[in-house]
Amino acid sequence: MNRLSPFNVVSLTMGFVFLYVPMLILVIFSFNESKLVTVWAGFSTKWYGELLANDAFLDAAWVTLQVAVISSTIATVLGTMAAYVLVRGGRFFGRTLFSGMIYAPLVMPEVITGLSLLLLFIGIGMDRGVLTIVLAHTTFSMCFVSVVVSSRLMTFDQSLEEAALDLGASPFTAFRLVTLPIIAPAVVSGWLLAFTLSLDDLVIASFTSGPSATTLPMKIWSSVRLGVSPEINALSTILIGLVTIGVICASLASKQAALRAKRDEQQAARAA
Amino acid sequence: MADTVFAPWDDPDQKPLIRFRNVTKRFGDFTAIDDLTLDIFEQEFFALLGPSGCGKTTMMRMLAGFENPTEGRIELAGNDIAGVPPNKRAVNMMFQSYALFPHLSIWDNIAFGLRRESSDKAAISARVEEMLKLTRLEKFAKRKPHQISGGQRQRVALARSLAKAPKLLLLDEPLGALDAKLREATQFELMDIQEKTGTTFVIVTHDQEEAMTVASRVAVMDEGRIMQVATPEQIYEAPQSVYVADFIGDVNIIRGSATAVGPDRYQIAWAEGRDPVHAVSTRPFSDGQECHLAIRPEKVSIHAEHPAADNAVQGKVLDIAYLGNLSTYHVELPTGEIIKAQVANTRRISRRAFTWEDPVWISWTETAGVLLDQ
Amino acid sequence: MKRAFLIAVPYVWLLALFLIPFAVVFKISLSDIELAIPPYTPTMKDGLWTMLSQLDFENFIFLTQDDLYWKAYLSSLQIALISTVLTLMVGYPMAYAMARAPEQWRPTLLMLVILPFWTSFLIRVYAWIGILSNEGFLNQFLLWIGIIDTPLTVLNTNTAVYIGIVYTYLPFMILPIYSALDRLDGSLIEAAEDLGCSRLKAFWLVTIPLSKNGIIAGCFLVFIPALGEFVIPSLLGGSGTLMIGKVLFEEFFSNRDWPVASAVAVILLLILIVPIVLFQRNEQKQAEAEK
Repeated sequence: MNRLSPFNVVSLTMGFVFLYVPMLILVIFSFNESKLVTVWAGFSTKWYGELLANDAFLDAAWVTLQVAVISSTIATVLGTMAAYVLVRGGRFFGRTLFSGMIYAPLVMPEVITGLSLLLLFIGIGMDRGVLTIVLAHTTFSMCFVSVVVSSRLMTFDQSLEEAALDLGASPFTAFRLVTLPIIAPAVVSGWLLAFTLSLDDLVIASFTSGPSATTLPMKIWSSVRLGVSPEINALSTILIGLVTIGVICASLASKQAALRAKRDEQQAARAA
Repeated sequence: MADTVFAPWDDPDQKPLIRFRNVTKRFGDFTAIDDLTLDIFEQEFFALLGPSGCGKTTMMRMLAGFENPTEGRIELAGNDIAGVPPNKRAVNMMFQSYALFPHLSIWDNIAFGLRRESSDKAAISARVEEMLKLTRLEKFAKRKPHQISGGQRQRVALARSLAKAPKLLLLDEPLGALDAKLREATQFELMDIQEKTGTTFVIVTHDQEEAMTVASRVAVMDEGRIMQVATPEQIYEAPQSVYVADFIGDVNIIRGSATAVGPDRYQIAWAEGRDPVHAVSTRPFSDGQECHLAIRPEKVSIHAEHPAADNAVQGKVLDIAYLGNLSTYHVELPTGEIIKAQVANTRRISRRAFTWEDPVWISWTETAGVLLDQ
Repeated sequence: MKRAFLIAVPYVWLLALFLIPFAVVFKISLSDIELAIPPYTPTMKDGLWTMLSQLDFENFIFLTQDDLYWKAYLSSLQIALISTVLTLMVGYPMAYAMARAPEQWRPTLLMLVILPFWTSFLIRVYAWIGILSNEGFLNQFLLWIGIIDTPLTVLNTNTAVYIGIVYTYLPFMILPIYSALDRLDGSLIEAAEDLGCSRLKAFWLVTIPLSKNGIIAGCFLVFIPALGEFVIPSLLGGSGTLMIGKVLFEEFFSNRDWPVASAVAVILLLILIVPIVLFQRNEQKQAEAEK
C-alpha cells in the first residue's frame, strides 16, 4: 500500500488546495491596503491597527475568552465524571437515558439546543448574559469531553486501578494518583476541544446571550452579514495564526514524546 | 524440627491461614465457583491449576477483594473477609499484566503501597531499598517501567506486592509474559524469595510444569470445582481421576472392567479375546465394575520379544517422536488403541532399535499404573 | 455514596439543561402565540390543569398547511443529501491517498486534515464569500484564464451552500474513512490480485466493502449536522435557499413566533431520529466486529 499513483497525488493536492486556499486568501488580503477586499492595492497592516482600536471587538473577545475558559473547565470536570461513570460505573438506574443524554448533544442541531436552552432560561426567569452562555456551552461541550475521555478510559488497563486498591489506596486516591495522571492527555485534549467549541460557537451563544454579553462570533456574524470586511480578515488571520501555532506545538510535543518512548524502548531492550 | 517435612495439611492441630467454606460464586447464570471448600496453610506455596475459565482467577480475585462470594464464607486467619474492601486487606496481588504504574519510577512503584499506610519517610525508604535489593533492581530504581525489560518488570511487580509484607501474596500467571528460558530461572527465584520472606504464596497458572515446579501443593480445578488437592508428586503419581491424570503430563488410559484376584489385586478385562492385564490398587472395585487404568508413558517399556513381565501386550509401531532426550513410541494395538511408550536416549547416535511398522511388545509392572473409577 | 455523587452530578446537570429544555420546547410547541412576555399562552401561571387543557396541535397543523415549512424540510433533506454525496466524492479519494501515502507522511497529512477543524467554523464559511461573489476571486480567475466572459453568479445560490458544506464537513468524512482504510491489510489487495483481479476490480471487491463502515460513519457525520445547518445557508445561500435551521432561526428572532419555532424544532428532531438511530447502530456493529 505504499506507492502513490498519479491519481492519488492529484486527489491529495486538489483536496488540500481546496482546504487551504480559501484561508490563505483570507490571510493575504488581511494585509491589503484597499478597503475593497477583492482588489489588491499594496501591503499594509492598517486593518490590524483598526481592529485593535475597535473596543467592540476587544470587549467581545474578552467575553468569549471568559466564557470559553470557564465553560471548558467545568465541562472537563463534568465530562470526565460522566466518562468515568459510563465506562466504570456498572449498572445504575437510568443508565440508558444517561448515555443517551451524553451522545445526543453531539449530533443535535445547534438551533435546537440553543432554542431549548433559551426557552428554559426564560421559563425560569433567568437573566441572560455571560452566565447563561457558560451554562449552555458547558452542557454541550461536556458531552464532547466525555466522549474523548471515555474512549481513553476504555483502553485503560483496569488492573492498574485494582493494583492501587490492592496496595491500600482508597478508590478516590487510586483515581487521583493512578487513573488521572495516566488519562491526563485525554483530559487535556478534551479541555482543548471544549475550549475551541466554545470559542467557535455562534448559534447557541446567539440564543442564550442577552444584551449585556456579545461574544466574538456574534460580533463577527453581525459584521459579516453586511459583506466582506478587511477588519474581519485581519481578525481571522489572528485566529488562524493562533490555532496553527497551537496545533503545530502540540504535534511537535507529541512527536518528541514518541521519539523519547522509542529511545526508552531500545534502552529497555539493551538492558534485558 | 529440621528433619520434619513441611506438611501442615497433614497436621490436624494446624489452623489454616485461608479457609474457603462452601464458596459459590455466580455471575448472572454462569457459575464460576461451585460449592468449593479448601484450606491453605501459612507459608505454603499453593498453586491453583486449571484450564482457562475453570474459576481459578475468580478464586484469586475473591481473596484479593475484587469479588465477593455469592454463597459461603472465606476466612483469612479465622476472620470472615467478605465485605472488606481490597484496600483494607492484608493481602497483596501480583497482576498478570504486572499493572506497574507507567507514570511512576520503579522506586515510586514499590513505595506506593507503603505510602498509603505510613508517612515515615525513612522507614519507607529503607523498606524500598530492601525490596530493590531482594529483587536485584537497585540499578533501575530511577527508571520508568517502560525503560526496563520484561523480566525486570516482573521483578518490580513482585517487589511492589511484597513491600507491605502481606500475610498472603497472590500471583496471577506471574510468569505468563516471559519467554521459556527466563521463565525457568524466574521460577526458582520465586521459590527462593518465598522461602526468604516466609510469605504464603497463592499462584494461579495454567502451566502444569510451572505449578509442579514451584508449589508445595497443587489444586487442579475444572469448571469451578476442585478435582484434587495434593503435593506435586501425589498429583502426578496418584491422580484421583482420569481428568487429573490426563491434565498433568502424558498418560495412557486403558478402559475395562475390574475383577478382584487377591488383596488389592485386580485383573482388568480390556478387550475381547485378549489376556486381561493386572494392576494393584488400594481403591476398592466391585467385580465387573468399569475402570480406567492410567499409566504414564515412561513406565511402559518396549521390547522386540515377549518379555517376562506382569503385563505384556503386542502391537506395532505407528509413530516415533524424537524429543532429543527422549523418544516416544506410539504403539498401535490390534484392537486399535494407541499406547505411548517413552524411552530415554542415553547413548548418542545409537541405532534405533525399532522403526515404523515393526511388531513390538510393550510391558509394564502391576504397580506402574493407577486404577481409577472416574 | 461517592459513586452516587459521581453519577448524580453530571446526570442532574444533563437532566436540567438538556432534557428539561426539550420538555419546555415541546410544551411551547403546543401553545398559542400571544402578544405578551413570554410571547405564548398558556403558561404555568394559569395553573397546571388549565395549562394542559389549553395545549393543542394547532401549530403542527399550521406547519402542514403553510407550504413554506414542508418545502423547507424537503429542501433541507435534499441539500444535506447532495452535499453528503459530494463530500464523499471529494473525501474518499483523499482518505484513500492518505492511507497509501508513505508511513512517515501520514501524521502530517492527518494533521493537515484536522487543522481546519480547529479553526473557527464561521471564519471558514466567511472565507468563501470573498471567493464566490460576483467580483470575487473565482470569477476573477475564470475571467483571467478566459473560460467565461461574464461573471458567474455562485454566491447566494444553492451551489454556494453545497461548496460551503463540503468545505466545512470534509474532515468529518475523511477521518472515519481513513481510519478504516488504514486498518486494511495490504496483503488482502495482493491476494485479490493474485487470484486474478485487476487493480480496479480488487479495489471494488475488497477495498470498498472493507471501508464500508467508515463510509457510512462519514456520511452520517456530514448528513446529520448538515440537515440542521444554519450558518452556511444564511451566509452563502440566497433568498431562495430554504433550510429548516434558517427558517427556525428567523421564525424565532424575526417573527418572534415562539410556538411555531418550537413546533419546527420538534419536527426537525423527529426527522433526525432516523439517521441518528441508524448511525448508532452502525457504530455498535463496528464496535462488535472489532471485539
